[in-house]
Amino acid sequence: MSNGFDQFHSTESYIVSPALKDVVNVAVALKRPLLVKGEPGTGKTLLAHNIATALGKPLLIWNIKSTTKARDGLYIYDTVQRLNDSRFGDGDVSDIRRYIRLGQLGQSFAAEEQVVLLIDEVDKADLEFPNDLLNELDEMSFYILETDETVKARHRPIVVITSNSEKELPDAFLRRCVFHYIEFPDQELMAEIVRVHFPEIEANLLKECLKKFYWLRSFDEFRKKPSTSELLDWIQALNSAGLDHQVIRESLPFVGALLKKEQDVDHFVQAASRPNAQRRGWAY
Amino acid sequence: MFLNFFYSLRRFKVPVSPTEWLALMEALDRGFALSSLNVFYYLARALLVKSETYYDQYDQAFSAVFGGIQTDEKVTEEVLDWLNNPLNRLVLDPEQLAALQRFSLEELRELFNQRLREQTERHDGGSRWIGTGGTSPFGQGGAHPDGLRIGQAGGGQMAAQVAAERRFRNYRTDVTLDVRQIKVALKRLRNFRRIGPEDELDLEETIDKTCRNAGDIELIFSRSRKNTVKACLMMDSGGSMSPFAHLVNRLFSAAHQMSHFKDLKYFYFHNCVYQDLFEDIYSSKSTPTAKVLANLDADYKLIMIGDAHMASSELFSVGGAIDYWYHNEIPGLNWLKRLSDHFHHAVWINPIPRRAWFHPTIKAVSRVFPMHEMTIDGLEGAVRALMVRR
Repeated sequence: MSNGFDQFHSTESYIVSPALKDVVNVAVALKRPLLVKGEPGTGKTLLAHNIATALGKPLLIWNIKSTTKARDGLYIYDTVQRLNDSRFGDGDVSDIRRYIRLGQLGQSFAAEEQVVLLIDEVDKADLEFPNDLLNELDEMSFYILETDETVKARHRPIVVITSNSEKELPDAFLRRCVFHYIEFPDQELMAEIVRVHFPEIEANLLKECLKKFYWLRSFDEFRKKPSTSELLDWIQALNSAGLDHQVIRESLPFVGALLKKEQDVDHFVQAASRPNAQRRGWAY
Repeated sequence: MFLNFFYSLRRFKVPVSPTEWLALMEALDRGFALSSLNVFYYLARALLVKSETYYDQYDQAFSAVFGGIQTDEKVTEEVLDWLNNPLNRLVLDPEQLAALQRFSLEELRELFNQRLREQTERHDGGSRWIGTGGTSPFGQGGAHPDGLRIGQAGGGQMAAQVAAERRFRNYRTDVTLDVRQIKVALKRLRNFRRIGPEDELDLEETIDKTCRNAGDIELIFSRSRKNTVKACLMMDSGGSMSPFAHLVNRLFSAAHQMSHFKDLKYFYFHNCVYQDLFEDIYSSKSTPTAKVLANLDADYKLIMIGDAHMASSELFSVGGAIDYWYHNEIPGLNWLKRLSDHFHHAVWINPIPRRAWFHPTIKAVSRVFPMHEMTIDGLEGAVRALMVRR
């Protein structure tokens, strides 16, 4: 594409929906952080990896934990090390710069080339965390108080932020992002995804598996609905056991690979033994 | 450019700011939409809408501007809402009830959808129990809407169609409640205090002490910040609550899964609280309510869950308890007042929608406890009420 817009595509190991592809390209072109939400197992984290691969840029990952502070991503001033050095006398203590360590965000600014920065599970941190990053993400620069230096990004990094919506994100932060909610893949897309992982899979088997899988997902009562990774595990198990599609049509082997909670399995057994379930051919 | 789309979004209550609108204009200016309505749909959504909970409203606004989409969707939605609301099923006459019981809700809905599709005009009479007017509870809005199916979304679909499908209806915060959403709402119940062992390095203090020691390092530790919120759940397991069992179950499992509270206690009661509270849903093990009150500090956050819908005598009379083997010396309302007086923070969460809170016992209970709906918005209100001292 002439305007440099259409840079990101599906890769060999990662299938992306057309909508998401456009959204990624917009975020890259407008130089805004991309915020991705979606059910667990829809490939939010993988997206960043694949943007990096597709664009041929290095990837920096900043995993957020509940204790992470916004400043940790910029730089850490290792006071304890400096204190220790001053006490035991190895190294030049007067040079504070030696005790400043850049965090992932800081590194992505200081990098020689443009990088992809993944801020993973931003909602794990404290509520105020995203707001603390607003200015840095906007200006793409930050100030190190201790050394009176400003680190400015030479190349604006491509920022991908994932969230599991455990907490609401502040509006001011959201206004600056490009947002995409990854929907759970529909059957067609899921078939493609499965084929990426199991190129050899038999068409009939895949069809039956997906039918069962989406049927299971239609239970609203489940505490944890099976997701893509569970489907892949399940197919792996079926493959290893060498079961053919006939068996899967009539029963549901290895249900434990799909349902991880005891209550869900109980619930499923109950639902499957209801008379109407039998009629529909869902013997268990 | 497309300014009416902007105002349409605002009209559908999507919080769009001019900043975001300008970003979209920039993107369009640089030709990113590739002159395709399809791409424009996703592009505009990514730039203007920042939460999946607004996707549905976005779809509606998009349809209104670009789609020329039918509006009788609303009718279907009302009827589906009606089906979704378990309360309504309770007032059917025995014949209808018998008919209903033969079908699971999914089947019923499927059949209902099927009928709607077959139907081409208004039905204002007849005896089929779905899709007809008159005596049937389902038939009042029997207009025929197209596109009720929320179905296959192929790759080559037009944006207006995608928008008209309204696949994101389930993400709206004012409608659904799943375990995860409840957890998000309950997460706000927090109050951080420094408690527990001294296991966190206090840098400021360490530096200060070390300086005072003339460089001799002295490490100072302090207590880490932990959530001090304690919660007590009391759930109605009476018969009138069974339609809401799955909903209450979700709330319970959400609260249970959260390691977030310092302490979580839970009890069950039948329609109303009397001198005993039950420790499990089958009500076999009981604890005297007075003992619970004596054992739990006033700083527990009390969350009552129930429909508060009962016979007046159950609430107001001595000996009014629903179980015939059970006699209460003190009317239920007084017990409720005791609970409410004991705890600094207490709310009542009612799975019956607010618009149906007209029964005298619901009114009486809502005077004792601040009452909230069991929706995401309602839960958030409840959590807010639990954080402020009354």
